Amino acid sequence: METEILKVTHLNKFYGARQVLFDVNFTLHQGEVLTLLGPSGSGKSTLLRTLNGLEAFQAGTLTFNGQPVVADEAHWQKLRQKIGMVFQSYDLFPNLTVLENITLAPVKIQGRSAATVQAEALALLERVGLSAYAKAYPRELSGGQKQRIAIVRALALHPELMLFDEVTASLDPEMVRGVLEIIKQLSQEAAMTMIIVTHEMNFAAQIADRVLFLADGKIVEDTPGQQFFAQPQTQRAQEFLDSMDF
Amino acid sequence: MDWAVIQQSLPEFAKGFQLTLWLSASGIAGALVVGVVVSLLRYFQVPVLGRLSGAYVEVARNTPLLIQLFFLYYAFPVLGLKFSAATCGIIGLVFLGGAYMAEGFTGGFNGVSQTQVESGRALGMNQWQLARYVVLPQGLALSVPALAANVIFLIKETSIFSVIAIPELTNTALDLIGLYYRSNEYLLVLVVAYAIILIPLSLLLTWLERRVRYATFGD
Ligand SMILES: Nc1ncnc2c1ncn2[C@@H]1O[C@H](COP(=O)(O)OP(=O)(O)OP(=O)(O)O)[C@@H](O)[C@H]1O
Ligand SMILES: [Mg+2]
Repeated sequence: METEILKVTHLNKFYGARQVLFDVNFTLHQGEVLTLLGPSGSGKSTLLRTLNGLEAFQAGTLTFNGQPVVADEAHWQKLRQKIGMVFQSYDLFPNLTVLENITLAPVKIQGRSAATVQAEALALLERVGLSAYAKAYPRELSGGQKQRIAIVRALALHPELMLFDEVTASLDPEMVRGVLEIIKQLSQEAAMTMIIVTHEMNFAAQIADRVLFLADGKIVEDTPGQQFFAQPQTQRAQEFLDSMDF
Repeated sequence: MDWAVIQQSLPEFAKGFQLTLWLSASGIAGALVVGVVVSLLRYFQVPVLGRLSGAYVEVARNTPLLIQLFFLYYAFPVLGLKFSAATCGIIGLVFLGGAYMAEGFTGGFNGVSQTQVESGRALGMNQWQLARYVVLPQGLALSVPALAANVIFLIKETSIFSVIAIPELTNTALDLIGLYYRSNEYLLVLVVAYAIILIPLSLLLTWLERRVRYATFGD
């Protein structure tokens, strides 16, 4: 856990005149699982989206793999292949089959060989228990299945960092576990570095190496996972955990 | 109602029918090409051309086809540009239809959900790849209903060509009425002729809309 993969310093983000992130600082190491917690509207999604350039920031610096991030669209386009993101709304491309959804970006954007990518995609589908659906269209899948495919689609680009924004929030309860299992496997077996926003406190407690607790756009706590859930350092975080019935 | 009169006029109407079909088909094909180019220029806000495209759409949609035709037929020769009546008709239809089709395509492109576009961006797509793999396939499918309505509209607009003496369906009927004073008979044939084109076509287009929508979005 030595290599720094991402370093965020003095990050400030505004929507128009309104500031939503205030002087955010943290460092993420290779293989680390960082869980981003905080009340609704605290800026979790905004922070995550800023980390792969879907939102611009107004002050501060990002360093990815030791290189300062040049925050223009052309550079972000390259970087996004290394920083995978999965959203709450499982937006697979409706006009493409599952397999095409997964292979599109590696083949057309990264220019890798179709045969290699396809073999790899099938192996990934196997791992998430959906190989029977390679030729199916997204409309034939349940929400949980779609979300698993969305994760596979992001992984097919060989990202070095994965960002998950409430990926189970719009799923039926019985679908949630399958998706969380995959994320857990990804951490344990592939040692994937990731930042996870979630409202599933039990899951967060199991998986988080570290917790960043965000409130009103500020990092209020940056604490090892075990410690955060056993005994948070701030009143704010304690109230939050209470409100989540944890 | 004299059926013999109708029967005698049928060869004449058959020619008008063919001409209406030919003018409509060429005009619509041209309008679709102009429309897709213009709407892409606007969607991606291409410098200068995007704005020109916007201006074109406004001008074409806010002037009557009648005036556009007079302009082509009577004013352009003054500038040394002389076209046959049929060519003027097609150019007029492409000019007007291109703007309507552009609006149809634009509606479709804008209808592609922001989360779809964002999914594409999150996979590292650039502007061109977003257009090719996300915006076009889904946007085209979304624009089919508007395009289909424009197709019907443009076919009906060809009846205005009679003012520059193109012998299409309406002009044929008006001529015959002027010659033989049999308006009931000729108008009946005219209505039936348009119905023969438009009713099956609009059924076909409705079927196509459903097919494309299902193939793309599965609902
Ligand atoms: N596109 C936007 N334009 C303006 N303000 C925005 C935009 N997106 C978010 N905000 C505001 O920024 C703040 C942070 O929002 P954000 O979505 O990051 O919160 P969050 O912690 O992810 O909340 P939730 O748990 O509800 O998802 C909120 O006050 C929100 O209203
Ligand atoms: Mg959020």
